[in-house]
Amino acid sequence: MKKLLVVLASLVVVLSSLTACTSTGSKTIKIGVNLELSGDYLIYGTPEKWGIQLAVNEINAAGGILGKQIELVIYDNKSNATEAYNNALKLATEDEVVAILGAATSGLTVAQQPVASQYKVAIVTPSGSNALVTVAEDASVFDWMFRTCFIDPFQGVVLANFASTEIGATKAAVLGATGSDYAVALNEIFTTQFTANGGTVVASESYTDDQTDFSAVLTTLMATDAEVLYVPAYADTAGLIIKQARELGWNVPIVGPDGFDSASLLTTAGAANLNNVFFSTHYTALDENPAVAEFITNYKALAKEEPMALSALGYDAMYLVANAITAANSTDTTKVRDAILATSNFTGVTGSITFDAKHNPVKSAVVIELVEGVYAKATRVNP
Amino acid sequence: MTQFLQQIVNGLSLGSIYALIALGYTMVYGIIKLINFAHGDMYMLGAYFGFIAITILKLDFLPSLVITMTATAIIGIMIERIAYRPLRHSTRVVALITAIGVSFLLQNSVAKIMGVSIKGFPMDTLPTQTWHIFGIVITLKQLIILVTAVVLMVLLTVIVQKTKVGRAMRAVAVDADAARLMGINVDNIISLTFAIGSALAAAAGILVGVYYNSIDPLMGIAPGLKAFVAAVFGGIGIIPGAMIGGFTIGITEVLISGYWSSMFKDAIVYGLLIFVLLVKPSGLLGKNRKEKV
Repeated sequence: MKKLLVVLASLVVVLSSLTACTSTGSKTIKIGVNLELSGDYLIYGTPEKWGIQLAVNEINAAGGILGKQIELVIYDNKSNATEAYNNALKLATEDEVVAILGAATSGLTVAQQPVASQYKVAIVTPSGSNALVTVAEDASVFDWMFRTCFIDPFQGVVLANFASTEIGATKAAVLGATGSDYAVALNEIFTTQFTANGGTVVASESYTDDQTDFSAVLTTLMATDAEVLYVPAYADTAGLIIKQARELGWNVPIVGPDGFDSASLLTTAGAANLNNVFFSTHYTALDENPAVAEFITNYKALAKEEPMALSALGYDAMYLVANAITAANSTDTTKVRDAILATSNFTGVTGSITFDAKHNPVKSAVVIELVEGVYAKATRVNP
Repeated sequence: MTQFLQQIVNGLSLGSIYALIALGYTMVYGIIKLINFAHGDMYMLGAYFGFIAITILKLDFLPSLVITMTATAIIGIMIERIAYRPLRHSTRVVALITAIGVSFLLQNSVAKIMGVSIKGFPMDTLPTQTWHIFGIVITLKQLIILVTAVVLMVLLTVIVQKTKVGRAMRAVAVDADAARLMGINVDNIISLTFAIGSALAAAAGILVGVYYNSIDPLMGIAPGLKAFVAAVFGGIGIIPGAMIGGFTIGITEVLISGYWSSMFKDAIVYGLLIFVLLVKPSGLLGKNRKEKV
């Protein structure tokens, strides 16, 4: 028993000296990363991790910031809200990071919000596009929450306008899950804007989370005279819906949000079925900006795959935070947060970022048309 | 009317899948009175074996189907040997919990080995032929699902009803001890039942993989439960009951999604189960047998 006490006591001494070491003599600037690296949303978290990593490699190779190298502390939230919260807590309290990047999806970003305000550390989500990530239900702004992507309401408006003017549709059918915040928000905004444009939503159907067979709802929707099908869904589900619609012989234009922008859309739907499909996103490899070309080359060298919009958003989020730390000339979390908010005309590969009063970047969207599964044409839509 | 018939076509392909999985549930229950909750995961294993056969070994659909069914049957036998046989004389709840454990083991092993992300079969596994008959769209894949399912069900019925092995299976189901006294190797018959049940689930797995083009380690949970409902609905332990149950549930789901709302389909299906259990506890084709003392 005495021996055990001695061991414990020495452990305490060693541990406390360790923590003392990290807090005072740190030679690096720690940035937390809290992403979906496994589970349902793995396909969104992984490209963002590569984007962030690429940005850090570039910054460190150029000498780091404030004379220090950036050190990433990367945690996997397993696509689970509880894990996301616990990771954020650990990053804020144990790792004492300057800022946190993540999560990739809105729900998991919202889950971390209490940590941001309680421990006063800024959280920047590269791609959480739900309006409620930065503002509460009562419209008060969360001081410590930021994002580098446009928000769903903007995306919903862009898609509704695209369906009305570019496609020329007056009758739309909607197929979206009622159990997903992302789908519900996008659905409401699309319906409102499409109706305001003089169109009618002739049918609106939903499905359950684990559903793989959509033939029944698609048959019902097909029987209406809809000229466009709107599918506010993530790529895995959207791929199944597109495939089954095309196999039923329904060839109307299909329009969807940035969730479509993933390689898994091609895997599940198949190239032959991906015609007349349009989606809004944050970035396009078809961009003629030289910075984009350079980003694509470097990203491919690092991740061994093509970058997606989320890769670019992760990359921009990291640079945004690095710029803010430089501007603040400090690693004090409050000063860094103020510097993030003061960001003006920050130019990234996804466009230019200036924050509005609700901590949302004012930036343009891109609508991409798929032909035989290939990103064929990009149309930029300004806010 | 066209829309209704189209929905029936949709329902038949979905129902075939449920029926194939339900057959395995029913056979295993019939013979050792075990509700094998890992059965939905045998279906998932089938989908993954099919994925490996088609994308990695580059085989055609038919040889892949045969390999998949064989491989899954072997795993089924192994599971019975390792996990269920030592517990055959313990209480039913112990066996049930073991089955749930096996289910998690299979899901997590596949997730570890193959990754958690959704995998898709190559698009050209089967030709994308489509027919339009009086405005109804029927795809070759739907036809293949239905035909494969019906052929396998007929084959199973012939095996169970007309062969010596089938007679032995029926004998074990009625009374294992008496069957043993008649010289039947009960252990081998039980192994065979697991093999056939697993092979049928595997067939459903590969068919779903090719049809929906999307497989993941947790894909067995929901269809497994639905198939269990189908088996109970038709009368658990009764082979034609599982088929009827499977098709009924497939068509019910599609009609509710098509004419009402997808959000209600699961509630209605499980509601149907409760209703059947209340009205006819032994299932649609079940006979009310008096317990012999």
